[in-house]
Amino acid sequence: MNKYKKIALDGLVYQNPTLILVLGTCPTLAMIKSASSALGMGLTVLVVLTLSNIIISALRKVIPNAVRIPCYIVIIATLVTFVRMFLEKFLPDLHDSLGGFLTLIVVNCIILGRAEAFASKHTVGEAAIDGLANGLGFAIALTIMGIVCEFLGKGSLFGFHIMNFKIGFFSTSEMNPTAAGQFLVYGLSVAVFAFIIQMAERKRRVKANKLARKSLLGESA
Amino acid sequence: MTFILIVLSAVFTNNFITTKTYGICPFLGVSKKTSSAVGMGLAVTVVMVLATLATYPVYTYVMVPLHFEFLDIIFFIFIIAAFVQILETVLKKVSPTLYKTMGIYLPLITTNCAVLGLTELVIDPEFLVGIGATGTMNMGWAVLYSLFAGLGFTLVMVIMSGLRERMNYYKLPKAVAGFPITLVTACLICMAFTVFSYIH
Repeated sequence: MNKYKKIALDGLVYQNPTLILVLGTCPTLAMIKSASSALGMGLTVLVVLTLSNIIISALRKVIPNAVRIPCYIVIIATLVTFVRMFLEKFLPDLHDSLGGFLTLIVVNCIILGRAEAFASKHTVGEAAIDGLANGLGFAIALTIMGIVCEFLGKGSLFGFHIMNFKIGFFSTSEMNPTAAGQFLVYGLSVAVFAFIIQMAERKRRVKANKLARKSLLGESA
Repeated sequence: MTFILIVLSAVFTNNFITTKTYGICPFLGVSKKTSSAVGMGLAVTVVMVLATLATYPVYTYVMVPLHFEFLDIIFFIFIIAAFVQILETVLKKVSPTLYKTMGIYLPLITTNCAVLGLTELVIDPEFLVGIGATGTMNMGWAVLYSLFAGLGFTLVMVIMSGLRERMNYYKLPKAVAGFPITLVTACLICMAFTVFSYIH
């Protein structure tokens, strides 16, 4: 059980694909324009990543090593085609808000990266947990940044109007968010997250030192 | 008129990096030195033009008449992967130094969103209306747009690499060094490019 917990924590916090590894930056920057599109993108990637991890892990002994990357891309492209058809039929609003980036999930580095680095070497159960954890880490990070960007740009959250408030830097007009604000929010989020991880690490080390010293002194006394 | 609109749109008002946020991975990854930024930008431009030359006719004259438009992702990614492989082989033979500088990022052009995003953009029949031009979409406009989109990508890459070369002289806090400061620099470039969106 401990093993699964470690995989999950790595995906969510210590190896978070968005905030630590800074992978899959194109959809991140484009989709944090509003909280709802960020959440939609996060959940779509979560589904595709989990399914692709499971399928690739199940086929890891069948796929020849020399042609593994084309095989992964075909699997991912097929999944994305299915997801695109599903969203077009059942959730047309989400389909329109994701726009071109729905197709671009195929070339999202997180999915191919997890397939190459994790799913091709681990069992189906572990790969499924890894896919869920990384997808959730991506979705949560995107939603938080989306909330910040949408509030600063439009004064609303998930499309609900809260107050009359607008920074021109984040959106020049109602429908036209600029990339500058999104780059700034993303950069600062990565910095803040790195700072938090550093502080936590330092605290843990101080605590471990204290414990070690106590046990040493206790033994010698 | 359509020609001028396509060029302005591809390079300035709808620049791939600063407005559409396509192709950010190489933008952050290969922009440490100006020489490699130029090489990467031109390689992406070549792949974009070749890919459009192949995908546009395949989509318009084969996939639409046979009604399997929904398979576009799989077909396009295969065509792009093939062209990247060809470019890699040619570059290895013609210019080994450039091949070495690009390193891991050369095969990664396959998974560059800018290329797949471009091929998906230009097959839209309403594309010319979207940038404010008139007329019908055809092969010539598609290739022209892909050429100038690639050049716009190269332009922003070069600006970014120039800024990053200067940035090496400053000592930064550990949490900000690396990706965060690069993203904030990119934000400043985007602000400069936002000016162009007021042209029309």
